[in-house]
Amino acid sequence: MASLFDTYKTGNHFDEMFDAKGSCRPSYRALLESLSGFSEKKLMQLQHTTEKAQMSMGMTFNVYHDNKGIERILHLDLIPRIIGGKEWKIVDEGLRQRIQAINLFIDDIYHDQKILKDKVIPSEVVLSSSGYLKACIGLNPPKGIWCHINGSDIVRDQDGVFYILEDNLRCPSGVSYLLENREIIKKTFPGLFAGLSVRPVSEYPGMLLHMLQHLSEKENPTVAVLTPGIHNSAYFEHSYLAQQMGVELVTGQDLIVQDKKVYMQFTKGLEPVDVIYRRIDDTFLDPRAFNPESLVGVPGLFEAYKAGNVALANAPGTGVADDKAVYVYVPEMIRYYLGQEPIIQNVPTYLCSKKEDLAYVVENISKLVVKETNSAGGYGMLIGPKATKAQHDKFKKLVKDNPRNYIAQPTLSLSTVPTLTEKGFGPRHVDLRPYVLYGDSIQVLPGALTRVALVKGSLVVNSSQGGGSKDTWVLYD
Amino acid sequence: MLSRVASSLFWLGRYTERAENYARFIDVNFNLSIDLPPEIKEQWDPLITATGDKELFVSLFGEKSNRENAIFFLAFDKRSPNAIISTVEAARENARIVRDTIPREIWEVLNDLHHYVQDAYRQKTWKDEDPKDCFKQIKSRLQLLNGISYDTMPRTQVWYFTKMGQFLERADKTSRVLDVKYHFLLPSVDEVGSPLDFLHWVALLKSVSGFNAYRKMYGKIAPTSIVEYLVLNRHFPRSILFCLMGAENCLHEISEAKRGYSNPAEKAIGNLRSDLEFADVNEVVKYGLHEYLDNFQIRLNEILSAVHEQYFRIRSNFTDEIQHQA
Repeated sequence: MASLFDTYKTGNHFDEMFDAKGSCRPSYRALLESLSGFSEKKLMQLQHTTEKAQMSMGMTFNVYHDNKGIERILHLDLIPRIIGGKEWKIVDEGLRQRIQAINLFIDDIYHDQKILKDKVIPSEVVLSSSGYLKACIGLNPPKGIWCHINGSDIVRDQDGVFYILEDNLRCPSGVSYLLENREIIKKTFPGLFAGLSVRPVSEYPGMLLHMLQHLSEKENPTVAVLTPGIHNSAYFEHSYLAQQMGVELVTGQDLIVQDKKVYMQFTKGLEPVDVIYRRIDDTFLDPRAFNPESLVGVPGLFEAYKAGNVALANAPGTGVADDKAVYVYVPEMIRYYLGQEPIIQNVPTYLCSKKEDLAYVVENISKLVVKETNSAGGYGMLIGPKATKAQHDKFKKLVKDNPRNYIAQPTLSLSTVPTLTEKGFGPRHVDLRPYVLYGDSIQVLPGALTRVALVKGSLVVNSSQGGGSKDTWVLYD
Repeated sequence: MLSRVASSLFWLGRYTERAENYARFIDVNFNLSIDLPPEIKEQWDPLITATGDKELFVSLFGEKSNRENAIFFLAFDKRSPNAIISTVEAARENARIVRDTIPREIWEVLNDLHHYVQDAYRQKTWKDEDPKDCFKQIKSRLQLLNGISYDTMPRTQVWYFTKMGQFLERADKTSRVLDVKYHFLLPSVDEVGSPLDFLHWVALLKSVSGFNAYRKMYGKIAPTSIVEYLVLNRHFPRSILFCLMGAENCLHEISEAKRGYSNPAEKAIGNLRSDLEFADVNEVVKYGLHEYLDNFQIRLNEILSAVHEQYFRIRSNFTDEIQHQA
């Protein structure tokens, strides 16, 4: 019985649940089975229950522009996104390969710059990046690892092939939503899991703590999470992770540096800290070393780091590989450092700093998605097919005036997953953000944050712009 | 524990206690209005004066108070930092700061309370004919919070800083609720000891949930006994002495000092506590209750500054730089 989905039309895109003929894909069959016992009305009630649970838990973010200070939740759709074991293997291996190559790349460009000398990547692309920090030249981070945590955004095209849309190597957020989503769905809809072997995600805080402790030479190092404070939109996550790991959550003002050592200010005096999981961007970390305007950082922190007295994850300077113009070359990095072919490809990308690409982008702007190389969160971008002529013209000018600052990608056909709407189930576009940790080994958490564009036909999944999320199930088989 | 976290826990304790006490203050008047003879009008001014917010009230509403503007001001006026809506929000912000430190249920109850008060605000509850239920709700949610804390918080610094905030705030509020009586106007001096005077005292006892226990301990409603009960009684959990003993114990648990004092905060609170312990209620009344309470407030403020200096002050990690510039 599949009456819930009788009117469901997959459209022109790759649907994660139903194939082009309308048959349910194997990984979703058990789910379809357990859903058949529910009416649409009952599902809507459960959807409402999840919202109330989220509200109680304070999983909210402020919507600043509407000025009413009203708190919103990140909508969690009841229907999970499921990834079969075989498909997951591709994601898992592809991401491990990627973080390895990216680490070798970062280490190289702050040391011998072989990849630049061999002209595999144009020097100007790397050296002009705002994420390239001269202060990090010659530095050797603890255990030789620069990027400890990566959250790449992955999409699937019409044929269901995975592509990397972008990497998030600075402070990728969202993992707390992934973990809480699972808890909420388990609580409100336990019946859904019947007959499915879903891989657990709850070990993540333990994995994270283990990875962080690995960065110190001490036997039992003290770890802290450094947050910009309660007004940061990811504060919920910072405090959540600190609590789950059982470590202190600190702000810049809690830390003080003496003799190149970092201490926390406790009620009973100073307490040394060995490893900092920092959720503050590079340039705000230390007003003495970087942006002197920073009020959230810790003066002297970078000196302490250079002296090897404290480990920072991710290491300062990692952001260079987060630059969207540098992203373009990750497949080249994989070939150059590892001698392998990329397991997951990049989305084809036009680099506006290249003359021929620039001409193409200006010519075809109405078909392309244009992004700033140094932005995140869906800001500073143009979706050509959805934009007006005036917006096209504005971006043409922006791109021509500062080509280094922009890349463009074809408008992708993101895959869809059935999503509960006011009018029953409808296909909504999704992406996928898995999390990779690099410590004594490289591990990919068997789960991910699936972001979903709730507006019909929309391709923008960012929470700041009407996106929601789905629990993501990775199956054992 | 981080000094900043200790401070947030302390303020979490203070703000939740303050919110509960404001709900209780408002309750004094509801209790009264039911029993008042028809020719006597409700008085909201004494409440506003006793909370110490009179100046702000006058600047916002002028001299004239009535039920609607007083309830709005004490409970829902976001311009007042002591209104329930503001203190609940502040408590929640502090809980958010320490949410990795406190049990999850505490955060959730406080979060729900915040949404409840916000809803009441949107529904303009103060215009209701009988808004009493709203305050009852607020009070019981805060009591739920206290209950959950009692059963789930580990007895570490987390507990003692929160409780210390709560005790010191409660001591302050009990002194103020008692002062309300001083400000209640009786039609004439002859009315002292009259049924109306009696009603005032009973309402006051009820507002601190102390009426039944008082009856058991003292029997007759007599001003001197009530003052003794609310200021000097060692057994009633809302009496000033009880609160000081509780806060002093928290300080000792935190510093692990057994007797006497190990820092200026402990010294200040120990002094005040023993003064109360050895005080005679007749001396208090002779000294003048209002003056006595005023003096108590001053000494309480000294304790609060000493606690802040001892545990919450954070050294600016920018000091070095300032010195370089000098």
